[in-house]
Amino acid sequence: MNNELFEKNVVLLAIAILVTVSIGGLVQLVPLYTMEQTIEKVDGIRPYTPLEQAGRNIYVREGCYLCHSQMIRPFRDEVERYGHYSLAAESMYDHPFQWGSKRTGPDLARVGGKYSSDWHVAHMIDPRSVVPESIMPGYPFLAEKDLDFSDVALHLDALRTVGVPYTDEQIQKSTADLKKQQSTNDPDEAEGLLKRYPKAVIGNFDGNPERLTEMDALVAYLQMLGTLVDFSKVNLETMER
Amino acid sequence: MSETATAPGGGQAAVEYIDDVVKKFTIATTFWGVVGFLVGVVIALQLAFPVLNLDLEWTTFGRLRPVHTSAVIFAFGGNILFATSYYIVQRTCRAPLFGGAGLANFTFWGYQLFIVLAASGYVLGISQGKEYAEPEWYVDIWLTIVWVAYLVVFAGTLLKRKEPHIYVANWFFLAFILTVAMLHIVNALAVPVSFTGAKSYIVWAGVQDALTQWWYGHNAVGFFLTAGFLGMMYYLIPKQAERPVYSYRLSVVHFWTLVFLYVWAGPHHLHYTALPDWAQTLGMTFSVILWMPSWGGMINGIMTLSGAWHKLRTDPVLRFMVTSVAFYGMSTFEGPAMSIKAVNSLSHYTDWTIGHVHSGALGWVAFVSFGALYFLVPKLWNRERLYSLRMVTHHFWIATLGIVLYITSMWISGIMQGLMWRAYDSLGFLQYSFIETVEAMHPYYVIRALGGVLFLLGSFIMVYNLWMTAKGHLKDEDVFEEAPHAAAAGA
Repeated sequence: MNNELFEKNVVLLAIAILVTVSIGGLVQLVPLYTMEQTIEKVDGIRPYTPLEQAGRNIYVREGCYLCHSQMIRPFRDEVERYGHYSLAAESMYDHPFQWGSKRTGPDLARVGGKYSSDWHVAHMIDPRSVVPESIMPGYPFLAEKDLDFSDVALHLDALRTVGVPYTDEQIQKSTADLKKQQSTNDPDEAEGLLKRYPKAVIGNFDGNPERLTEMDALVAYLQMLGTLVDFSKVNLETMER
Repeated sequence: MSETATAPGGGQAAVEYIDDVVKKFTIATTFWGVVGFLVGVVIALQLAFPVLNLDLEWTTFGRLRPVHTSAVIFAFGGNILFATSYYIVQRTCRAPLFGGAGLANFTFWGYQLFIVLAASGYVLGISQGKEYAEPEWYVDIWLTIVWVAYLVVFAGTLLKRKEPHIYVANWFFLAFILTVAMLHIVNALAVPVSFTGAKSYIVWAGVQDALTQWWYGHNAVGFFLTAGFLGMMYYLIPKQAERPVYSYRLSVVHFWTLVFLYVWAGPHHLHYTALPDWAQTLGMTFSVILWMPSWGGMINGIMTLSGAWHKLRTDPVLRFMVTSVAFYGMSTFEGPAMSIKAVNSLSHYTDWTIGHVHSGALGWVAFVSFGALYFLVPKLWNRERLYSLRMVTHHFWIATLGIVLYITSMWISGIMQGLMWRAYDSLGFLQYSFIETVEAMHPYYVIRALGGVLFLLGSFIMVYNLWMTAKGHLKDEDVFEEAPHAAAAGA
């Protein structure tokens, strides 16, 4: 083996290194973007409502992914504990993905609807008030902070730039949709919102309809996690991947 | 001029090396190391005693954990990589840094600014939400600028070299700088919400973002924490042991196979997820193969001591370096084992992964960095020797004990939690609720924190020792004897 060529020429060495380290990434990453089977075709997946996306941003900001995964593996115990194993389609609008790598706390991929919003709020404010053995930090400040949604349309627009199929209508009505989701319990009143975002959970998440807090947004996000796909109608054997 | 430069032993005198910036990087390494270990101890204690999260937004585990990881990897690890690469490239090329002190100083201050911007952002709640790549877009752009300057300094110095060959340490440093640039730029591509705000959205989504992230994340380990530190090893161990590198041929083979294979291993972070099976299998296969070049490096490092093994008894600095290579060998064996899907189904999501990371990070990365600091400081400050070799020994044993406590407690808690999650009772129900498994972790989290405290204490000893060395003090102490027992028997 003759390495002398590279050892005596910096430019050649640099090019050889770049070529060598590029191969693995190209072989693995490029097909993942080009193969249509990578993401399953299932009904029900939609972009996040403006309030859910705001809640998701808080989830990202607080580093929840450092202790909670959002990826149920296809094992008997995980499926019994958390629900149906996660599909790639369920995170196709996630920028960034939040699958996580550690379960200091339980998986949250299907936490939506498992607990009441009241429980979530109490748990966030003081985790040990509802789960005495919990080691989660308390997040009382979320209930105190008004949600900043002044630039929500810009957020949706940026998401559309990176590939989330928000319509013009969704972006135009983003501020109204965001407020509406937590200010009403009436499905008729929220009809437009529910048409734009099927299965959106509406209601006063933190029990205080007067104020739109960060807690509202975060709980709205948690309450929809894993609820979009109706698995009773999905046949995974014949599902197109 | 070239005559004086090539005169035997005259190299040092003939070339004016730019060492002032290397000094700054060693000081920054020491400072950030202590900060990173300290935050690590804090968050370890938070997991054992959650009240320490203080219910304040700036002090939760979720915000401090990136401060810890970035401080130890990018601040402590990054600064020692700058320090050693600048020191080594000048000596092995017999040329001063390209671009002079100005450009080198720009990389120093620019890199410190990157660290401060990143860490303050985490505490204030500015995060991209990708592990080990948390800085937001404006910090990412700044880092890219600094990194290009680093490449210019390093590659420029290689170009100006007065040695015909590029020394093996520099192959590794060059691979590290180039690959980290590629990984960072691709993984961090994002669209800012507005140019006056901190928030951005990553261009990749879901499963593709996941693989891009772990292609980045695993190779941050492979190139930042491995290739760069192997470069350090290839200079420091031969120097400290005063022996040539064991095998040139092995260094060539393991260099090219390592840089080729590492890049493929990312998917082992995503076993049994929604990532397509073909990618998982590919990642597992290459991770197992990666064991070979990793051990090639370990063998080359350790066997360099051939004929100089006795020095381990009298030279605690060499002991740090050689132990680091042994830990490197251990964690690069454990890693491939954990990348096998059957093993990973148990280890993934548990503390086993955390233990594995720390056997590499504390045992390999930090130990070789300590060795480098003990090597560099007396030379840079023109001192005859370190203030105290005995204190290096104390640091070594306290830190080693800390690592042992850390790794073993995480092995136990990780494997135990993995087994508890999948345990069924005789009626066919899940035996443990999740919170019962959390409760069972408590004693091991306390032991782990204790291990971290010992590691931190060791670093305080080092700081004192290096401080006194830089000030020019020499501690009056018994020297280590080559063979005290033999001497006693002879007398």
